[in-house]
Amino acid sequence: MVGLINWLSQITAVTKFSLRTVPERLGSSASAVFGIAGVVAVFVGVLSIAQGIRQTMVTSAAPEGAIVLRSGADSEMMSGLGREATRIISEAPGVARDAEGPLSSAELFVILNLPKRSTGTDANVPLRGVERAAPRVRADFRLVEGRMFEWGRNEVIAGSAAAREFAGLDVGASLEVGREQWQVVGIFATNGDLSESEIWTDAKVLQPAYRRGDSFQSARVRLNSAGSFQEFKDALTSDPRLDVKVARQDEFFAEQSIVVVTLITVLGTIIAVIMGLGALIGALNTMYTAVSERTREIATLRALGFRSGPVVASVLTEALILALAGGLVGGGLAYVAFDGFQAATMNWQSFSQVGFAFAVTPQLLVQGAVYSALIGLVGGLFPAIRAARLPVATALREL
Amino acid sequence: MSESNNVLVRVHDVDKVFRRGSEEVHVLGGAHLEMPDGEFLALMGPSGSGKSTLLNLIGGLDRPSEGTVEVGGLRIDRLSDRKLAGWRARHIGLVFQFYNLLPVLTAERNVELPLLLTHLSRAERRKHVAAALGVVGLKDRSQHYPRQLSGGEQQRVGIARAIVTDPTILLCDEPTGDLDRTSSDEILNLLSALNEEQGKTIMMVTHDPHAAARASRTLYLDKGKLATEPEE
Amino acid sequence: MKYLHLLWRNLTRKKLRTVLTVLAILVAFLLFGYLSAVRQAFNMGIEVAGADRLIVRHKVSIIQFLPISYERRMEQIEGVADAVHQTWFGGVYQEPKNFFAQMPVEPVEFLEMYPEYVLEPPEYEAFLNTRTGAITGVTTAERFGWKVGDRIPIEATIWSKKDGTRTWEFDLVGIYEGAEKGTDTTGFFFRYDYFDEARAWGEGNVGWYTVRIDDPDRAAEIAEAIDREFANSPAETKAEPEGAFMQGFAKQIGDVAAIVTAIVTMAFFTMLLVTGNTMAQSVRERIGELGVLKALGFTHRGVLGLVLAESCLIAVLGGALGLALAAWLVSFGDPTPTASLPIFYFPARDVVIGVVLIFLLGLAAGFFPALRALRLQTADALRR
Repeated sequence: MVGLINWLSQITAVTKFSLRTVPERLGSSASAVFGIAGVVAVFVGVLSIAQGIRQTMVTSAAPEGAIVLRSGADSEMMSGLGREATRIISEAPGVARDAEGPLSSAELFVILNLPKRSTGTDANVPLRGVERAAPRVRADFRLVEGRMFEWGRNEVIAGSAAAREFAGLDVGASLEVGREQWQVVGIFATNGDLSESEIWTDAKVLQPAYRRGDSFQSARVRLNSAGSFQEFKDALTSDPRLDVKVARQDEFFAEQSIVVVTLITVLGTIIAVIMGLGALIGALNTMYTAVSERTREIATLRALGFRSGPVVASVLTEALILALAGGLVGGGLAYVAFDGFQAATMNWQSFSQVGFAFAVTPQLLVQGAVYSALIGLVGGLFPAIRAARLPVATALREL
Repeated sequence: MSESNNVLVRVHDVDKVFRRGSEEVHVLGGAHLEMPDGEFLALMGPSGSGKSTLLNLIGGLDRPSEGTVEVGGLRIDRLSDRKLAGWRARHIGLVFQFYNLLPVLTAERNVELPLLLTHLSRAERRKHVAAALGVVGLKDRSQHYPRQLSGGEQQRVGIARAIVTDPTILLCDEPTGDLDRTSSDEILNLLSALNEEQGKTIMMVTHDPHAAARASRTLYLDKGKLATEPEE
Repeated sequence: MKYLHLLWRNLTRKKLRTVLTVLAILVAFLLFGYLSAVRQAFNMGIEVAGADRLIVRHKVSIIQFLPISYERRMEQIEGVADAVHQTWFGGVYQEPKNFFAQMPVEPVEFLEMYPEYVLEPPEYEAFLNTRTGAITGVTTAERFGWKVGDRIPIEATIWSKKDGTRTWEFDLVGIYEGAEKGTDTTGFFFRYDYFDEARAWGEGNVGWYTVRIDDPDRAAEIAEAIDREFANSPAETKAEPEGAFMQGFAKQIGDVAAIVTAIVTMAFFTMLLVTGNTMAQSVRERIGELGVLKALGFTHRGVLGLVLAESCLIAVLGGALGLALAAWLVSFGDPTPTASLPIFYFPARDVVIGVVLIFLLGLAAGFFPALRALRLQTADALRR
């Protein structure tokens, strides 16, 4: 016990000693901190894109929401449901109701080509035909500007993310759909979820415009509670009149987001690993320099009777402190630069644009810190071993 | 000046101006110096008197602000940097107080360095290096690195490097300034021998009267004036 | 050559530092190389787009169909050499994450339009002679371990069959290679006649057309003529050069690609800066020695040459290894398990840029400190 305390106090003493000399080695220490900060900033920054997309597509989906597609379809685009099917779905058990009837909306999903504000080039915007219950099926639908479209007329409302990304989606402007002009009459928000990247109109108006007869592609319903899902699903899948696939909204979107989220996560990780190697080399360089500059001092300590353990610990501690400082700076930088940054990308499953905000989550910051600590530990280990192995007598003579 | 034919170095009315902030410092203030061929000249004087500056001017390491420097009949103060470098390589052997050997090279490779600037083949270079190291008595140390040699030995390598190209004049800046008495004597013996036996012209800047005593002539530089006796 | 020894000794003066510097440069150029492949992937092969090809799609969006009759009408427009159609099939092989593009095509015309898909003659024959035949690119074939002769069941998500089932079975009769590095070898093509006859709905409708034109310089004009031909019809078109179409597609990935590349490019240059500074530092530490060389009669140019040779050697060593490592890693292809980057290779253009950057790094890292050393009067440098 006494031995341990003695050992610990030796570590503290030597570490204090070594940290006090950091300012003298400011250049090389700063470049290590800087390097690690860069790695963590890039790591957190790139992964915050994936997090942002995931949040938009998945996290914000209400747990009591469900979606029905034709069986075999993976996305709304590929799905198709007849009028009769959508009626049966709206009357299924588990579907919530309010004064105006069941909270179920049969919807049509097509895409429209519009120029993006940022690049001026055309990109695909989802154009969704909805029924009257649509706003109430979604959790937090609200109009932020203008008014709701009038049912049966060539009018649309645009999601706030779509309005931000695409030119011509301003209240009062009009869209060219086929040979008709459709008026934009309002902008809506749905608490940051996927719908905000869409344009909405009356399904009955959209059907003839895209020559879809009286068919739909999906049905969105709001269930009594998240627990009603099984009941709802069983009723639909066992119904001989239907050939459908039923999914919880959040699970459905999680699947939809897999491609783009995986892509960014894989790329982000590869980039972070490569850069991490670079930072590791920087840290090694710094710590080797630190050890070689302190050769005499370390030898003196050893000559005075300090054991090699505390010397190793002091080098490691210094590396760790520098690395964590870098991690902190990098994480902070990423947070300031990227959190909430609004962007848009392609949602492969629906072949259209999804607007999202970069999300620097606490979890990402922790990952960044852990990564920086790891770099620091490895970067400090080898120089520490060298310090411990210094032959005292020759080291004293040097310089 | 009946020996003017034999004058090797002629420094005429030179001055070197250094700028320290807004102030101009005149270091040599119009010094004159003539050195006959084959002389071993010691240059003494207090610190800051411009001894090294004068040496550097003669060695073509620096240019005078005013005046002319002529070595072997050539006005070197007018040469371009490029020409000057080539001239130095052929005519000047430099010996420094702190030896200035390259730490990464062995004694042999250090001595070979100036020969890289000639057109000699590798075998010829080796021969010259061996001869030079022989002159300074360090043949058996040729494979050692500077840090493996004592100060005196390092300075002998420095001298070997200075004479390997058989230069016209040997310029030594405090060659014994960093050495103990024994090593100093060795170096001074070596320089005397080079002067007496091989007829090398040597100019040596020194603080040490003991070293200066080995020269054939001693000049004192103070406040830009060269004198044959110290001021006081 | 006689300076080689000095060069080498300088390099090995501080072995550890040299090794770490070389490694740092290696990592930087590994990042650069990998980033090039990623950027290339995001660009979706704009470089290999045929200059003499236009893409004609429905004006409102690519998911709307065009009538098959448009083919004949387009081929009659002056300047159009040929028109072939494709349709998005969007089927699933085993599970949804096994994504790859499937399209029904007219075999002869299609392969004539896309000579970059290279098929062995016997396989080509087989494709013409097998109604249920299909061909796929090497990337997809390798991904699923398919061989010629395999029967590939694909679950339709859009196109159910007349008999009410959704499983389409294809006989793999050929595996094509890409003529160029940037050729997409993930596609799966089968015969339109089989498709059109068996599909439950949408007969006579196709997804989009590829049009070959006689004169690439007239692309804009011909595209206009095509759109005019179908103006005011129920299915208006939008024709544009293949490159522009792909670019539009690439732009849709949009900000994300741009931001990722911007971040990483910044990181790359930061790494160069830091490493360059380390290299420069090692020159600065030797200003005195450079002075000695000058005093011994080395010219400015000679000293500069020595320093630059050393810094370039380090840069080239690290950079070449980095680029080679990147090329090796990239050769494993698309790193995503979802196969989202069909075009993934290290373009030759970026190799050249990489080599230029390597030399710039070496020159800059040596030049500035050496210049500082040389600007000093020899006499002053010696005093250091």
